[in-house]
Amino acid sequence: MLKRFFGKIGIAEVLLFISVLILIVVVAVPVLLILWTALFVDGSLNTKDIIHILSQPGTYEALKNSLVIAGGVTVLSTIIGVFFAWLVSRTDLPFKETMKVLFLVPFMLPSFIGALAWKMLLSPRSGYINKFLVDIFSLDASPFNIYGLGGIIAVETMYLFPFVFIQVAGALERMDPTLEESARISGAGLLTITRRITLPLMLPGIAAGALLVALYSLAHFGVPAILGTESGIYNIPTKIYEQIYQSGGSFVAIRTGTILSSILIVAAGLILYAQNLVLRAGRFQVIAGKSMRPTLLKLRGLKIPILIFSLLYIFITVILPTATIFLVGTLKTYGIAFTWENMSLQNLKYILFDWRMTRDAIWNSFYLSLAAAMITMVVGVLISYTIVKMKVRGKFILEFLGVLPFSVPGTVIALGVILTWSGKFGINLYNTAWIIFVAYIARYMAFSLKSNSAALEQVDDSLEEAARACGATHWQSLRDIVIPLIKPGMVAAFFLIFLPALRELTTSVLLYGPTTRTIGVAIYALNEDGETVYAATLASVALVIIIVGQLVIKRITRTTVQGV
Amino acid sequence: MAHVRLWNITKKYGDVTAVNRLNIEIEQGECFSMLGPSGCGKTTTLRMVAGFEDIDEGEISVGQKVFSSSAKKFYLPPEKRDFGMVFQAFAVWPHMNVFNNVAFPLQIRKMPKSEVLERTQRAIKYTGLGGCENTFPNELSGGQKQRIALARAIAINPTVMLLDEPLSNLDPKLREEMRFEIKDLQRKFGFTIIYVTHDQTEAMALSHRILVMDHGVVQQIDTPINIYKNPANKFVFSFIGLSNFLPVEIHDGAIYIEGAAESGPITRLIPPEIREKKMTLAIRPAEIDFVTDGGVCGMVRKMTYLGDVIDYRVMLGSVEVRVQKSRRKGIYREGEACMLKFNRFLWYGRES
Ligand SMILES: Nc1ncnc2c1ncn2[C@@H]1O[C@H](COP(=O)(O)OP(=O)(O)O)[C@@H](O)[C@H]1O
Ligand SMILES: [Mg+2]
Repeated sequence: MLKRFFGKIGIAEVLLFISVLILIVVVAVPVLLILWTALFVDGSLNTKDIIHILSQPGTYEALKNSLVIAGGVTVLSTIIGVFFAWLVSRTDLPFKETMKVLFLVPFMLPSFIGALAWKMLLSPRSGYINKFLVDIFSLDASPFNIYGLGGIIAVETMYLFPFVFIQVAGALERMDPTLEESARISGAGLLTITRRITLPLMLPGIAAGALLVALYSLAHFGVPAILGTESGIYNIPTKIYEQIYQSGGSFVAIRTGTILSSILIVAAGLILYAQNLVLRAGRFQVIAGKSMRPTLLKLRGLKIPILIFSLLYIFITVILPTATIFLVGTLKTYGIAFTWENMSLQNLKYILFDWRMTRDAIWNSFYLSLAAAMITMVVGVLISYTIVKMKVRGKFILEFLGVLPFSVPGTVIALGVILTWSGKFGINLYNTAWIIFVAYIARYMAFSLKSNSAALEQVDDSLEEAARACGATHWQSLRDIVIPLIKPGMVAAFFLIFLPALRELTTSVLLYGPTTRTIGVAIYALNEDGETVYAATLASVALVIIIVGQLVIKRITRTTVQGV
Repeated sequence: MAHVRLWNITKKYGDVTAVNRLNIEIEQGECFSMLGPSGCGKTTTLRMVAGFEDIDEGEISVGQKVFSSSAKKFYLPPEKRDFGMVFQAFAVWPHMNVFNNVAFPLQIRKMPKSEVLERTQRAIKYTGLGGCENTFPNELSGGQKQRIALARAIAINPTVMLLDEPLSNLDPKLREEMRFEIKDLQRKFGFTIIYVTHDQTEAMALSHRILVMDHGVVQQIDTPINIYKNPANKFVFSFIGLSNFLPVEIHDGAIYIEGAAESGPITRLIPPEIREKKMTLAIRPAEIDFVTDGGVCGMVRKMTYLGDVIDYRVMLGSVEVRVQKSRRKGIYREGEACMLKFNRFLWYGRES
C-alpha cells in the first residue's frame, strides 16, 4: 500500500497530502479531541460522568434555554422572512428593489452589537425608551424588559430572519409563475392557490432557511451573553464560556464544555442532515423560462399601510439600534440626555489613540483577520483545486473535512483549539494571538472552499489542457491560466473571511489572553464592566469598518454577497 | 353571434404598445390561431382573454356575457371564466401526482367525489395518460407533461380552450403527433380553441382561421389557404414561407428586374391594377423553374444540397434570387448560366 502510494507520487499526490494534512491538523483534530474528551476518561468510556454533568440544574437549564431560544427564533424568523419575501416578490409594493437590499442589511451587522443597542434602549433601569415612556405617561415601572428569553429571541430574530428571506425570495423569483396561473384559470382563488400550490412548492426553500436559522441560533453566543447572563439565563455557548471563565480554565470546566459541545455538534449534524433531505426532496423543476413575469398581487388600499409597516420594521430593527450605538458612543456618561453639550468625539479619540486596551484590540482584530483571510484564501485555493480539478482517489475525505466547520459552531472550535494547542502535543499557544489565528483558520476554511470551488468549477478543464499542450508545466498552467481566472473568487473568499473575522466574538472570547483581546472581546468586556459608553464607541468603530468593507466588496464583486 | 369577441382591444406597457386596436370574432367550435414573430403581442392577447391582464381599451365578451371591459372597469377574474388553458412551460404541479393535477379544477368546484373521479379518469383516458394516475410529473417526459396539462384543461369540459405555444417545448416529431391529438380532442369535446404559435406550419395544420400579427397590429385574418395564396402584405408573405422580394420596373410593355433589362422580361402580361413604374415582385423559391428558353437569363452563384431539394442563389443582373428545386429536375453548377421562369407571383408597392 505504502509502496504503491510512493511509487507513483506526483504533484497531485503531494497537493492532496498537504491539503489533507492542513485540514486534519486544523479542523479534524480539534473536533475529534472534543468528542474524545467528552466521552472518555483515562481511555475508557465514561457515561456516569456525562449523565452527572447533564443532570446538573445549570447544564440542564442551558440545554433547555438553547432549545427554547432556537425554537422561538426559528418560528419568528420564518414568519417574518416568508412574509417579507412574498411582499417583495409577489406584490406591487413600491420601492421593492430598495426594500430587498434593506432587508439584507441585518446580515452584515453583528448581532451582539445589536443586543448592546437594545440593552441601551430597553433595559428596565436605564433604557432610553423605557425612561421616555415612564416620563411621558408617568408610569410607576418600566414597560419593557429586554433581559430574558423574550428579548433574546426578539433580537436574534432581527438578525437571523434574512436567512429565510433570502431563500424564499430567491425561490419565489425562480418559480414559474404559470404554475400559479394555471391554478387560477382552473378556478382557484388566491387563498387556495397560496395554500395548495405556492406554499407546498416553497416549502423546501422555507425549511432550508429555517434550519439555517436554527443552526445559528442554537450555537449563538453574543446575544444571550449580553441579554441573558444579567438575569441568570444561559444557553449552551454562554454556559460553556461561564464555566471556563469562572474556573480559570480548569479541566472539569473544560470537560463540561466538551460534553455540551458534543451535543451542539450532534444537533448541528442533525440539522444539516435534515436540510440535505429537504433540499433533495424539493428538487422540483419550478424554474421559470426566460421571459416570464409573475402576476403581482395588487395591494390597492393596503399599499401605503404595508409600505409604512415595512419601513417602520426596517427603521426599528436596523436604523434605530445603529443610531443608538453611534449616539451613545459620543456621550460623556451613559444615561444622560442626547444634547449637544453632552456629546463629543472625545471618546473616539480616547479609544482610538489613548487607551492601550482598545487600541490593541483594534490592531489585534485587524492583523488576525487579515492573516487568517490571506492564509485561508491561499490554502482554500489549494484544497479546492485538488477537490475540483485533480483526479486523485480519496478526495472525498477532503470534501468532508472541508465542509465540517460549517456544522461546527464557533464555541466548539474554540474549545477544540484549546484542547489541541495548549501543550498536549508539545505546542502551547494558550494566551497568545496564535491560538486565535489557528481557530480563525479552522472556522473560516469552509467559506474559502465554497467560494474558490465555485470559481474553479467555472474554469473549463480544456483551458488548462490547452496550456499544457502548448508546453506549459502543470505549475505554469496553474500560475498563468487558472489563478488569473479564479481571482474574483479568491477576492470574494478573502472578504467573506476578513469581515466576519474582524467583528468575531464567539471564538475569541474563549481564547483571548491579557494582551490578545479582539474588537468583539473588547466591546463585550467593556459592556460587562459597565463601561457602556466606551463599548458603544468601539462598536461604532466596528460598524464603520464593516460598512466600508461591505461597500468595497460590492464594488469588487458587483453582486450581492451573502454574508454570514 | 360570435362565441368569443374581442372589440378594439389595446394594451400598453409603458411606451410599448403590445396590442393595438385588435378586433376578432371567433365562432363556436372554431380553431382560431394567432400567428406572429416572438414579441408581437400574441401572449398578451391570450392573457387578456384569460383575464390575467387588464385591458387599456376595448371589450372582450364570451357568448352574451361581457368578461372584460375597460369602459366599465369590469374584469371577471380568471378563476371565474371557466376556461381551459395550456401553457408553453407545461405548468404541471410537481408536488401532485397526475390524478391530483387533473382533478384539481374539479375539486376546486366542489364536485362530488364520484363525479371528480369519473371526469378525471375520462380526461386522463382521452389524453392517453391511462395508467399514470399515481405517477409524479418529474418522472414523465415533456410530451406526457403537456398531456397532463391538456387533461387538466379539458377536465371541466370548458367551452373555450386557450393554448399558448403548447408544443414549442417538444421535439418536432412529437409536435406533429400532439397536433392531431389536440384536433381530436376538439372534435370530441367541441370547445372553441384560441391557439397561439409562432410556427406557421402548426397554425396551417390546425386552424380554421389564422390571424397574422406584427408589432401588436393585425396583418390579416383568413383561412390557411387564403393566407398562403393571397397574403395581404409583404410581412404576411414573408412570414408564411420562404420568399423572394425582387425590385422590378415596367417599361416597353413588359416587366423587368430593375437594372437588368438585358436579361429579358419576366412577363409581358401586366396586370391592370399596376400603375406605378417601380414595384416589388414577391415569389416563393419553389415557384421558380429553370427553363431552356423564354426565361430571364442569370448565373448560378451558389448551390447548396438540402437533402432532396437543392437551394440555388441565382444572380439576375445585380439582384440575387433564391430558387429551390428537386434534384431530380437536374443540377446546375456554380458559375453556370441558366434561365428562370417565374410562375406564381404577387405584386406589392415599393414601400409596403
Ligand atoms: N408584463 C409586461 N411588462 C412589460 N412589457 C411586456 C409585458 N408583457 C409583455 N410585454 C411586452 O409586450 C410585447 C408583446 O409581448 P408578448 O405578448 O409576450 O409577445 P409574444 O407572445 O407574441 O411573443 C413585447 O414587446 C413584450 O416585451
Ligand atoms: Mg408568447
